[in-house]
Amino acid sequence: MHAPASAIEIRGLSKTYPDGFQALKGVDLDIRSGEIFALLGPNGAGKTTLISVVCGIVNPSGGTVRVSGHDIIRDFRAARSLIGLVPQELTVESFESVIATVKFSRGLFGKKRDDAHIEKVLRDLSLWEKRDNRVMELSGGMKRRVMIAKALSHEPKILFLDEPTAGVDVELRRDMWEMVRRLRESGVTIILTTHYIEEAEEMADRIGVINHGELVLVEEKNRLMKQLGRKELSVHLQSPLDTIPTALAGRPLELADGGHTLVYSFDAQAEESGIPELLKALGENGIDFRDLRTRESSLEEIFVNLVRARA
Amino acid sequence: MTLNLHAIRAIYVFEMARTFRTLMQSIISPVISTSLYFVVFGAAIGSRIQEVDGISYGAFIIPGLIMLSLLTESISNASFGIYMPKYSGTIYEILSAPISAVETVIGYVGAAATKSLILGVLILITARFFVDYEIQHPFWMAAFLVLTALTFSMFGFILGIWADSFERLQVVPLLIVMPLTFLGGSFYSITMLPPFWQTVTLFNPVVYLVSGFRWSFYGSSDVGVELSVLAILGFLALCTGIIWYIFRTGYRLKV
Ligand SMILES: Nc1ncnc2c1ncn2[C@@H]1O[C@H](COP(=O)(O)OP(=O)(O)O)[C@@H](O)[C@H]1O
Ligand SMILES: [Mg+2]
Repeated sequence: MHAPASAIEIRGLSKTYPDGFQALKGVDLDIRSGEIFALLGPNGAGKTTLISVVCGIVNPSGGTVRVSGHDIIRDFRAARSLIGLVPQELTVESFESVIATVKFSRGLFGKKRDDAHIEKVLRDLSLWEKRDNRVMELSGGMKRRVMIAKALSHEPKILFLDEPTAGVDVELRRDMWEMVRRLRESGVTIILTTHYIEEAEEMADRIGVINHGELVLVEEKNRLMKQLGRKELSVHLQSPLDTIPTALAGRPLELADGGHTLVYSFDAQAEESGIPELLKALGENGIDFRDLRTRESSLEEIFVNLVRARA
Repeated sequence: MTLNLHAIRAIYVFEMARTFRTLMQSIISPVISTSLYFVVFGAAIGSRIQEVDGISYGAFIIPGLIMLSLLTESISNASFGIYMPKYSGTIYEILSAPISAVETVIGYVGAAATKSLILGVLILITARFFVDYEIQHPFWMAAFLVLTALTFSMFGFILGIWADSFERLQVVPLLIVMPLTFLGGSFYSITMLPPFWQTVTLFNPVVYLVSGFRWSFYGSSDVGVELSVLAILGFLALCTGIIWYIFRTGYRLKV
């Protein structure tokens, strides 16, 4: 067995549902130990399917998944006991008391009884006062808290949150992010799915974009944010250039549009954009232009472009 | 292989808690309805019926009545136990837990069988208030009780996995199990039937159960005891095989 540097290793994972629909098309992905990873993608992209395969709810059609080095099929006990899952759908044991249903989850995952831990989880999620209530008596937000408590009851090393904030009130959202940060500090790896970019931006260390069952991009959040903070100046030239003139070398320039456009990228936050100098240099070298345009790339835009490119 | 004992315990305790929460419906009401059978068949009708195989009619029907409850309750307990999480969606947790089919089945089937056994014993005790009976072979009586509870709880488990609606969940007990049980010799000895129907009856598996069980009480039976034991072991093996297939393929549990 090789060293489990990755919390999760997904190789060539595919899933074709019985109706013939291919929901995952050869996904390769490594989730690093201890990170918060956001899986971003529109509805129907395959996020829930991916999570369901890793957690053992859906059978894969091809490929392999290892959790801390344990194959999810051959070594399913070791793999699954590390994982906590908060599914997208709100499903609860309505007739049980809150505490009974949470204790049930702990037992199911093979952990011996630990009342102190259960109490801590319930207190952290503001459920302690409601512990003897039947789950059916709780509000929707409280039920979601119960599902989180169930997932945390067995002290997972890896936590999946499938669309954790969809239809959730502000208070729970805040509590949840608080909880996610605390869990990360204690070394838990967290994978969350969302179709809100701000959410991924706010929480994640890395972001993966999935669409039509394909992973389109995996990137450090900070790198993406840098791109977000970048601006581009497009200089539309009178006559096309074959290469960037040596006089302009050393600047972040690229030719686009068959040499008709010179693209200059710069940091929007920096004091000096370098644009006046660039324009001066263009004039001095006799490069005429018709038009200038600046544009800012947002994560939203990056995302939309990526998604459109694969559509 | 090491079993996840905590998981078995969790499922078992959870399912038993469900029983005691619904005590009225899961234990008391079957006991009451069986008592009514004793009153109607044992006392009212029984007083006009001659002894059967040298046993008073009231005593004669006890093993059959217990089997009747054991069968129907085992099936309904186990099928409901696994159908509910499927229906509500909470099955995701069972599927994602570090447990195999073995733990799942021991937990659910074990709890369902326990309930039926409790019920069977309660009916046996209740019967004492209405009629005198003897148990000639207590060991075999207990063995039949346990085997039947187990086997039909497994059958119920299969039914609960197969069913994709509440109607389907109820249609098998209602249209197949009930008739087979009523025609299974609970209320009569099959030797009382015309020869043709005696032969037909031999295709009814419940006949073997009731017959063997009655033998453990009174030492007389419609079919050989060995045949009864074989029949129930055969059915147990069949159910085990089907459950093995279900978990191997994920049938109706996973896509
Ligand atoms: N059981 C199923 N049978 C057939 N198709 C399914 C099933 N579950 C999901 N799908 C399809 O697979 C695609 C991906 O679904 P899902 O993984 O739930 O996406 P997401 O979570 O990203 O919204 C969707 O087009 C969905 O309709
Ligand atoms: Mg989803």
